[in-house]
Amino acid sequence: MTEPAATLRRTPMYDAHVRLGGRIVPFAGWEMPVQYKGIVDEHQAVRTAAGLFDVSHMGELELAGPYAGQVVNYLVTNDVSRLGVGQALYTCCCNAEGTILDDLIIYRAGDERFLVVCNASNHEKMAKVFASAAKDHCDFRDLSAETALIALQGPKAFDVLALAGADAAKLVELKSFHFRDAVIANVKCTAARTGYTGEDGVEIFCPWADAASLWDQLITLGEPLGLRPCGLGARDTLRLEARLSLYGNDIDETTNPIEAGLGWVVKMDKGDFVGRAAIEAIKAKELPRKLVGFQVKGRGIARHGYPLRDADGGEIGVCTSGSPGPTVGLNIGLGYVPTRLAAVGSTFMVDCRGKLVEAEVVKTPFYKRA
Amino acid sequence: MSDSFPSDLKYTKDHEWTRASEGGVQVGITSFAVEQLGDITLVNIDVKAGDTLAEGKPFGTIESVKTLSDLYAPIAGKVVRVNAALTDSPELVNEDCYGKAWMIELEPTGDAATATAGLLDVAAYKAHVDASG
Repeated sequence: MTEPAATLRRTPMYDAHVRLGGRIVPFAGWEMPVQYKGIVDEHQAVRTAAGLFDVSHMGELELAGPYAGQVVNYLVTNDVSRLGVGQALYTCCCNAEGTILDDLIIYRAGDERFLVVCNASNHEKMAKVFASAAKDHCDFRDLSAETALIALQGPKAFDVLALAGADAAKLVELKSFHFRDAVIANVKCTAARTGYTGEDGVEIFCPWADAASLWDQLITLGEPLGLRPCGLGARDTLRLEARLSLYGNDIDETTNPIEAGLGWVVKMDKGDFVGRAAIEAIKAKELPRKLVGFQVKGRGIARHGYPLRDADGGEIGVCTSGSPGPTVGLNIGLGYVPTRLAAVGSTFMVDCRGKLVEAEVVKTPFYKRA
Repeated sequence: MSDSFPSDLKYTKDHEWTRASEGGVQVGITSFAVEQLGDITLVNIDVKAGDTLAEGKPFGTIESVKTLSDLYAPIAGKVVRVNAALTDSPELVNEDCYGKAWMIELEPTGDAATATAGLLDVAAYKAHVDASG
């Protein structure tokens, strides 16, 4: 809690979070709920019923014009030219060194209109990157201050939507990583079949002014079905079990997409893009290290920043994310290890504040929905 | 927030409680600490019966889904017993932090009758919690 309160921003749902018993913490310049009843309770609600997350702190950037697609495609590693209108994709945005500036979802909202959703912690940086690339080529608008984002996730997400009006009920027909304009609980919005939990569900963009009403209605409609408001704590354990990267933990400007296991969003056949030459050089050689998923075998919980050691105590890498996995019932983590130790079944030690606890590389995702 | 704490216990600013019993002084963590931590997933008690602890010395760690906290000895003493049940059932801390989830029992180094005299009584602890909350 180092940030002075005066600089922290609030989403339209702030009052609702407080009313629902949310514990508010500073996060990336925002006052956000880390949990309401409890992280495990919220985690299980998303796995078995539904959870509602306020992710309005994330950034939304719009690029429009005849050259918008080319500008976006030059800045990211995935191939935006493959997107049809109404489709979205996950991608990295790299610098010239081939390391990761941010991970993004790009939505093609029209023939010549793209929406870029970036991490709250990278919002200023990414707004600069996209604005400066857009200069003289296409229009750039930062829509973050007027765009709220609510994630509805879990096996009963579409049962909740079925109670939110005729149009919302039809959102179950949306395909994965597709989106469309919708009306949910009388609020005009855009719904995308995407998420960050490993569960099915939607992420809903709506005007800042309508978000609190949409949130309250979804809570009321969903509660009888087991829907719970969920904070950043459950969001983190859910995404970790699904092995979804967290920027600032698992990936950052010192890591490249290939070693991070994100090679699948790097399309070398799409033409030039920022970082391409560097990534080509990285791919031409054996990787010195890889991000792996591991299970802690002894009594210990791996945490972000804990050193990873070999049997003799020598430092071999670092844990980038770690916590108990409430659904898998194991203490799990992600970390960079030398490639020789990256195969499933390899073992090493996690240095839990001086205590060496054995860990084993396991297949990821740790959790995959049936 | 729990605004009621047992009145027969003595407390520390680090949110441990102590209870004088026949065997010695029992030590645990308060409901305020438990609320702050959330779902407890691991309790590691790093001392065993016979060890001596100085006042304020860490005797273990407690971990929740999100964070880790050190456990500190509220008073100086010799460890008489540790609560082995917490090894496999850390959730006892969430369920019964003033009862089944006692952590260690100490035989005070000095005069048993006055060993906890310097700790906070319930009113002082409540004031401390209100000030830090």
